[in-house]
Amino acid sequence: LAVIQGRMRVLVGVKRVVDYAVKVRVKPDKTGVITEGVQHSINPFDEIALEEAVKLKEKKQATEVVAFSMGGAKCQEVLRTALAKGADKAIHVEISDEDVSKLEPLHVARTLRKIIENDKFDIVFLGKQAIDDDASQTGSLLAGMLNWPQALYASKVETDGQSLKVTREIDGGLDTIKVSLPAVLSADLRLNEPRYATLPNIMKAKKKPLEKKSAKDLGVDLAPQTTVLEVSEPPVRQAGGFVDDVSTLITRLKEKGFVKA
Amino acid sequence: SMLSRCLSRLSSSSLSSLRALNTYCIHPNEGLTAEQKEIQTTARSFAMNEMRPGMVKWDEEESLPLDVLRKAGDLGFGALYCDVEYGGSGGSRTDASVVFEQLAMGCTSTAAYISIHNMCAWMIDTYGSAALREKHIPSLASFENLASYCLTEPDSGSDAAALRTSAVKKGDYYVVNGSKAFISGAGQSSKYVVMMRHEGQPGPKGIFCLLVEEGMEGFSLGKKEKKVGWNSQPTRIINFEDCKVPISNQIGGDNEGFNIAMAGINGGRLNIASCSLGAAQMSVDIAIDHLKVRKQFNTKLADMQWHQFKLAELATKISASRLMVRRAALSMDENSPQKAAHCAMAKLFATENCFEVVSGAMQMLGGYGMLKDFPLQQFMRDCRVHQVIEGTNEIMRLVIARDLLTKPTALSDA
Repeated sequence: LAVIQGRMRVLVGVKRVVDYAVKVRVKPDKTGVITEGVQHSINPFDEIALEEAVKLKEKKQATEVVAFSMGGAKCQEVLRTALAKGADKAIHVEISDEDVSKLEPLHVARTLRKIIENDKFDIVFLGKQAIDDDASQTGSLLAGMLNWPQALYASKVETDGQSLKVTREIDGGLDTIKVSLPAVLSADLRLNEPRYATLPNIMKAKKKPLEKKSAKDLGVDLAPQTTVLEVSEPPVRQAGGFVDDVSTLITRLKEKGFVKA
Repeated sequence: SMLSRCLSRLSSSSLSSLRALNTYCIHPNEGLTAEQKEIQTTARSFAMNEMRPGMVKWDEEESLPLDVLRKAGDLGFGALYCDVEYGGSGGSRTDASVVFEQLAMGCTSTAAYISIHNMCAWMIDTYGSAALREKHIPSLASFENLASYCLTEPDSGSDAAALRTSAVKKGDYYVVNGSKAFISGAGQSSKYVVMMRHEGQPGPKGIFCLLVEEGMEGFSLGKKEKKVGWNSQPTRIINFEDCKVPISNQIGGDNEGFNIAMAGINGGRLNIASCSLGAAQMSVDIAIDHLKVRKQFNTKLADMQWHQFKLAELATKISASRLMVRRAALSMDENSPQKAAHCAMAKLFATENCFEVVSGAMQMLGGYGMLKDFPLQQFMRDCRVHQVIEGTNEIMRLVIARDLLTKPTALSDA
């Protein structure tokens, strides 16, 4: 693809999630997991999406990268991180803490659509899924609402400024597609390795604009579509057993149905 | 830490199996602003990904990892508290302390060298002419060039003002004669910030600061010293024999050298104390993992009261040391009149207590603590010297005592 100077504006969704390394515990009332006082960070796949967007800007194919997050006041932390890692501006759609626990991908998609209605973007880049709910829905929902093409689970993104050539990781292998702009993309693990935020950029981040909007002002309906019935821990791992020899092992495996009898 | 998460295991009741969701009481991020936590996260990731994997190799091979230093430069770690005007990062002393503490968790020796390099950059940035700053700060900030600080001589360590390296002005050059000892980074550095005296002018007032560059006529290196620790940094005697240095390389005024040294050393002390903190923190984390796994007499070490008590003492020492270091950093950032004494106290307290912590953690590992397969012994060997450099802990006591005995007490306030 011939590369020409682009003028693309990229909107990157970044979600504040429980840090990947935390061992989560279920709340005693089984309505969810404990998040109070627990270490949070930017969703790893969102970080990868952001890195790709910043790379597009460095290659002069994009002119602006805007970070977006929807949630409580603490979202500002991940937005500042995004600004420190190269985003030019940030948009925070703040909702009450009560609404945060009931936020669904559908609401986020509706909100993104409203933002895009008022502000032209060429690419919406999300992480392929959030590591707290593993929903992997927002991108597809948004593409459907906007009638935009979607290229999800991207492991490589190339552009000539007019369309995108995206290599996607799918169960069968790699799928390379050409996608016209504007489009919705989602980042998979092997797309890139996010950079460290440099010290000067961390300090410059606090001077970059962070715009606050409310879901109400945007006219987004946050009524939940789903009800969580119960959240419980996976069953505790049972102790195994010892066998005396290999033939006994094979017999046992056959008995339990792990090996064809 | 990632190590602790990999190694900790579940068992039935007992102290060792409780897993709290919140972090432990000695986490280094306590009391930091959101921005400082961001800086700490970057430093931590860098230390774990880029330094920790190489720490043992650099010690064994006695090699300074220039490629890793350049990466550190990319992150803004080369001139942390220099002005942004010529490429510094414009960070505060607290930011710098937070960074060095994390880097020391990756490799204490290399982190300490990075802090010395930063002190040199700051001296040039603060006291150097615009021409010197423009010429040298950018490449120091990026770690394209390395810097060494040269005050100590074979015959003058604590008695720094008795230094004998001297210079005579001859036209556009200073002609320098003398030797400096224990120079960290010598051989790899291309820029040497040297304290020397105008020939014939005695005492501290006769001292000025000159930037000597690699390749200058009459400048030579001594042999690389073999040391018990700090092996990733070369240490050498350096010699000046009718060494010709342009007078434009003078840093600061004719009689300002000793003041520059004293001003810079506050930060130097704070930084090295921060490195001790990192070594201690890592050591305690390693010890905690070991206590949860190792069993004797059919009991986990973590369930034995002696280990619990000892661990509590070690953790309390870390916590107290960190508070001293952070307070000294704040004094520096606020330019408090007590900053010199605060830095001396922080250095004295943290380097001594953190060494005890590392040693105490080693004790918990028993025989394994002695093996070079385990990194703990390297943290011990690397942080021992912190009680000696940047002014010995004996000199720290002198500095503190002088403050106490020459200033009005609270009693005399009334």
